[in-house]
Amino acid sequence: MASVEARPAAAGARKRTRAPEPDVAVVQLKNVTKVYDGGSVAVDHASLRIGRGEFVFLVGPTGCGKSTCIRLLQKEIEPSEGEISIAGRMLGEIPRSRVPYLRRNIGVVFQDYKLLPNRTVYDNVAYSLQVIGESRQDIRRKVPDILRLVGLSTKLHNFPDELSGGEQQRVSIARAFVNHPPLLLADEPTGNLDPETSIGIMQLIYRINRTGTTVVVATHDKEMVDKMRRRVIELREGRIVRDEQSGLYRPDESTTEFAIRLRGELGVGPEGHPN
Amino acid sequence: MRPGFFLREAMRGLRRSSAPALAALLTVLLTALVLGVFIPIVQATTGTANEVRSRVVADVYVKESATQVEQAELEQAIRDTTGVKSVEFISKGEALARAQAKNPKAFKAGAELLGSNPLPASFRVTPDDPDRLDEVVSALAPNGRPALAAIDEVRDREEDTDKILSATGLVKALTAGLAVLLLVASIALIANTIRLSIYARRREVEVMKLVGATNWFIRWPFVIEGVIVGFFGGLLAILLLTIAKETFIDPLSERFELLAAPETIDFPLLIVVLMLACIAVSAVGSGITLRRFLRV
Repeated sequence: MASVEARPAAAGARKRTRAPEPDVAVVQLKNVTKVYDGGSVAVDHASLRIGRGEFVFLVGPTGCGKSTCIRLLQKEIEPSEGEISIAGRMLGEIPRSRVPYLRRNIGVVFQDYKLLPNRTVYDNVAYSLQVIGESRQDIRRKVPDILRLVGLSTKLHNFPDELSGGEQQRVSIARAFVNHPPLLLADEPTGNLDPETSIGIMQLIYRINRTGTTVVVATHDKEMVDKMRRRVIELREGRIVRDEQSGLYRPDESTTEFAIRLRGELGVGPEGHPN
Repeated sequence: MRPGFFLREAMRGLRRSSAPALAALLTVLLTALVLGVFIPIVQATTGTANEVRSRVVADVYVKESATQVEQAELEQAIRDTTGVKSVEFISKGEALARAQAKNPKAFKAGAELLGSNPLPASFRVTPDDPDRLDEVVSALAPNGRPALAAIDEVRDREEDTDKILSATGLVKALTAGLAVLLLVASIALIANTIRLSIYARRREVEVMKLVGATNWFIRWPFVIEGVIVGFFGGLLAILLLTIAKETFIDPLSERFELLAAPETIDFPLLIVVLMLACIAVSAVGSGITLRRFLRV
């Protein structure tokens, strides 16, 4: 059951830190339009290209089409017009039955976490490994590892409703990243969290990006985006109005340095999560 | 590893949403109880109706003047007629004995008065299909004229036959209609309960799909849950039915021969049928209901 599609993900994880390779397109949208059944236009002739290892912010006010973009990339909904390809594969050509295999290569993080309420933290993360048919030994090894990475090694056997919002989001990030997908999508990952917790979460996502994973974050937290100085794609009423490589790219910046810089710029103290 | 995993998932599902599971179990239990009572009743009714229908016969009266050879030829001819199930020869003496048994007083006096036996010998013909007695009769005596010399007359007791056929036909149609209604109601009831219990967990299914689970990976635990619920619902129903049978029906049927008379389904067979039906309906029900929520 270990699918062929799952392999590139593992390969991507081998090199822990990699420079972005913008030549290789991980996500490509060509003239994509999405009109919902009611007639509202969510995405209007959007074209964009995201290279391997990039960290991209999708910004804009509520209702500008950010979430629609994320859902389009997961093939949760189909575009009305245009083509979307992920890692060179046209989404339109993937039959319904193969969609699960596509999703195994895309980690997703949501504003409302979407954890399984009747499973412990451990089981929630383990589920996405069980789905791809990972052996029990591998699951026992990988899950505590990833939970230590997100800083939840003491909450293994708690249920989601026993955790704080930030902790739940960490679980959902662990679940999204546990099988090292080449692409991570985050839809308002800090939408429900306070600034300090948000920094911890963004730091974690940045850390994942540093392992070579392409990251797309949809957010309306403009301040955070400006401080992070990453590529920004701004949407307004479904159209891409800005796409700039804003801010410096510092390949040598460690995740801790990054957090310190961010804290300084946001005016938050140095205390916070150990990560 | 897979079946074990799915089984554990199913057990987790049952533990964590025990209230809807219990509701589904009760529904299965009640339905099985009703079916368990109704199946033997339907069978008894149709059994009785069939038993009555088997009394539909035609009598072929033999001429007094017929020789032994002619009589044997006649019997063979009747047996060779299509649609005949069995032929019974009733000799003159036997006919008298039967008539006497029916109405002892009249025949005792009558036979003494006449001094001889006035009743003719006859063949009692039972048809394969009671509804097609007409054809047998017309084959033996087209337009009322006997086909063979030895036949005096062929009588099919038209009035009785018609009454029996229409009455039993009605009973059979009614029970069949009731059975269909009950079956449809049961399936709808079980399907609805399962739908509710799965609806409560649609968010969970949605998340599973987003993590990249295939439809069958999600579906198996639900189907196994259905099997478990169906199994225990059926088991409880069968236990109740057994208790009811041992305490009420068995003592009654010992006292009243009539109750036990119609052919009904064997109790062990009934148990097996009910059990399989319970398991199949709830497992297939869960699997199908889930389909709606798998379209993400």
